[in-house]
Amino acid sequence: MNAPKKKNEALYFALRNKKLLAGFSIILVFLLLALVGPALTPNEPFDYANPLGPAAPSAQYWFGTTFFGEDVFSQFVYGLRATFIVGLIGGGLGTLLGMLIGFIAGYRGGMLDEILNAFTNIVLVIPTLAVLLIIAAYLEVRSIATECIFIGLTAWPWAARAIRAQTFSLRTRDFVDLARMSGVSSTKIIFQEIAPNMMSYLLLVFILQFGGAILSAATLDFIGLGPTNAISLGLMMQYAVLWGALQLGIWWWFVPPGLAITAIVGSLYIMNVGLDEVFNPKLREM
Amino acid sequence: MRRYFGRKILIYLLTFFLAVTIDWLIPRFMPGNPVQNMLARVALHPEAAEALRSYFTKAFGLDVPLWQQYLNFWIALFHGDLGVSVYMFPTPVAEVLKRAVPYDLFLLIPSILLSWWAGNKFGAFAARSKWLDNTISPLSYILTATPYMWLGILLAWFFGIVLGWFPIAGAYSFSLRPSLTLAFIGSVFHHWFLPFASLFLVDFGGWAIGMRNMIIYELEADYSHYLAALGAPQKLIRKYAFNNAVLPQITGLALKLGVVVAGALVTEVVFSYPGIGYLLLAAIQNQDYFLIQGCFLFIIIGVLLANFLIDIAYVLVDPRTRRGMTGETA
Repeated sequence: MNAPKKKNEALYFALRNKKLLAGFSIILVFLLLALVGPALTPNEPFDYANPLGPAAPSAQYWFGTTFFGEDVFSQFVYGLRATFIVGLIGGGLGTLLGMLIGFIAGYRGGMLDEILNAFTNIVLVIPTLAVLLIIAAYLEVRSIATECIFIGLTAWPWAARAIRAQTFSLRTRDFVDLARMSGVSSTKIIFQEIAPNMMSYLLLVFILQFGGAILSAATLDFIGLGPTNAISLGLMMQYAVLWGALQLGIWWWFVPPGLAITAIVGSLYIMNVGLDEVFNPKLREM
Repeated sequence: MRRYFGRKILIYLLTFFLAVTIDWLIPRFMPGNPVQNMLARVALHPEAAEALRSYFTKAFGLDVPLWQQYLNFWIALFHGDLGVSVYMFPTPVAEVLKRAVPYDLFLLIPSILLSWWAGNKFGAFAARSKWLDNTISPLSYILTATPYMWLGILLAWFFGIVLGWFPIAGAYSFSLRPSLTLAFIGSVFHHWFLPFASLFLVDFGGWAIGMRNMIIYELEADYSHYLAALGAPQKLIRKYAFNNAVLPQITGLALKLGVVVAGALVTEVVFSYPGIGYLLLAAIQNQDYFLIQGCFLFIIIGVLLANFLIDIAYVLVDPRTRRGMTGETA
């Protein structure tokens, strides 16, 4: 085995990591389905496409139809889009806020750190869903965008805590001291010296936030506080339960949405393990 | 130890304060006028609407300054006054919640404790051999990625409808009245099993993964190698590693509590189990805002109390916190 060049080392190991590749391919399949799926069906998610009501999967309705004759495949692919949007924006916002608070607290230290840390700990104890619930209940019109924003606004605490700890250990390193002595500003030090040295860690945080946001959204949708003007995988499951899909045996209504969430979130977790092995040489031999 | 608890209690009090403030703030400062909408949209008998209107003017006290409204909110809270439920008019919200809470505890406590215990055991077990690791770990990852309600739906459908082994609605058979008879207790457990199982399975996955990763780390630590070099039996080394790995798992339990409670809420919806989750769905569908706010407060209080219990457990398990040497930083 030729020793890979330093620059491509991560890529070299990434392409040889089965967990990472498997997780990534599954996500890619669902992402593609979310992107091209709506073009594959003539029905809109809430169209009463099938006048006969519920029908099992067939050539015409790939995933069957709901109790009202809506096309499950159409709902599914639009729901997948919502899922990816929530993961990307909600998880992204959670990561950014976590970075902001974690970097400031960890790098500045002192009183500011004490305050931010206490605040983080307080928000960490409050069950996220309870807060989302009360906000969503008072919102008259809920869209996927507002859902993303509120999920992001409540998801950051553990990320902030983890990033703070990492920053803490990096800030006393020689190269950071050197930068400080040469008069580089704090913002520059954070973004040019500290952040690049924990890039892999930040990526892992983002992936976990992505998965967490998807699960939060599914919970919120299922309890009846999902978007009022769109479809999502959580809403599909709620409609299925409320309209007696279990009793009527319309399994094609509730199996696909849950399966997709499990597959996407599970793949994210597996990818995380794979990435960890890529970035951490100690784990590679395992 | 006093410092440790002092810090913890301060955090919890601040959290409670913040939660109540959110509870007060949101109805007043959300865009639009929720009070108006609530009164306009809620379809109920005129008697209830009138009571609601008078409650609103009193509770929201719109004619007094903001700071006084806030103060009144706290005073009402300490009198146990959470408003009147619209959905179950004229029962007070506190009363409605009090009836639901035992079901939540009955579902949550066994599922949390058993999944934590079993997850730790199996996670430690997985670290023993490649073969075990390759079976337990993937299964655990799948379980922990599963949305609670979906596993609940699948179990309800398969065991409740297809096989018909378990009922899938209510906390006990509708033909029975609560009593201390064998038939009634049997019925309670019969209805309890599936929601319990679905909560247990999802949580189990998370704990097993946590323990597996933690124990591998501990087995690679210097003290493990040192013990091995001294010729200590493998069993003893594993025992020490397990004891050390359990500590972060206890902290993890405190951190995951919110997620677990959320899981119980949706599971109750699936199984029409009359706990807070089921109430919450009804409250949302009936626009019963006081009930929603009451649920919010009850969930927060429950999670805070549980956190405190976990802190006590941590002190009992980890001697270092008792001697004030180190402590989990808040």
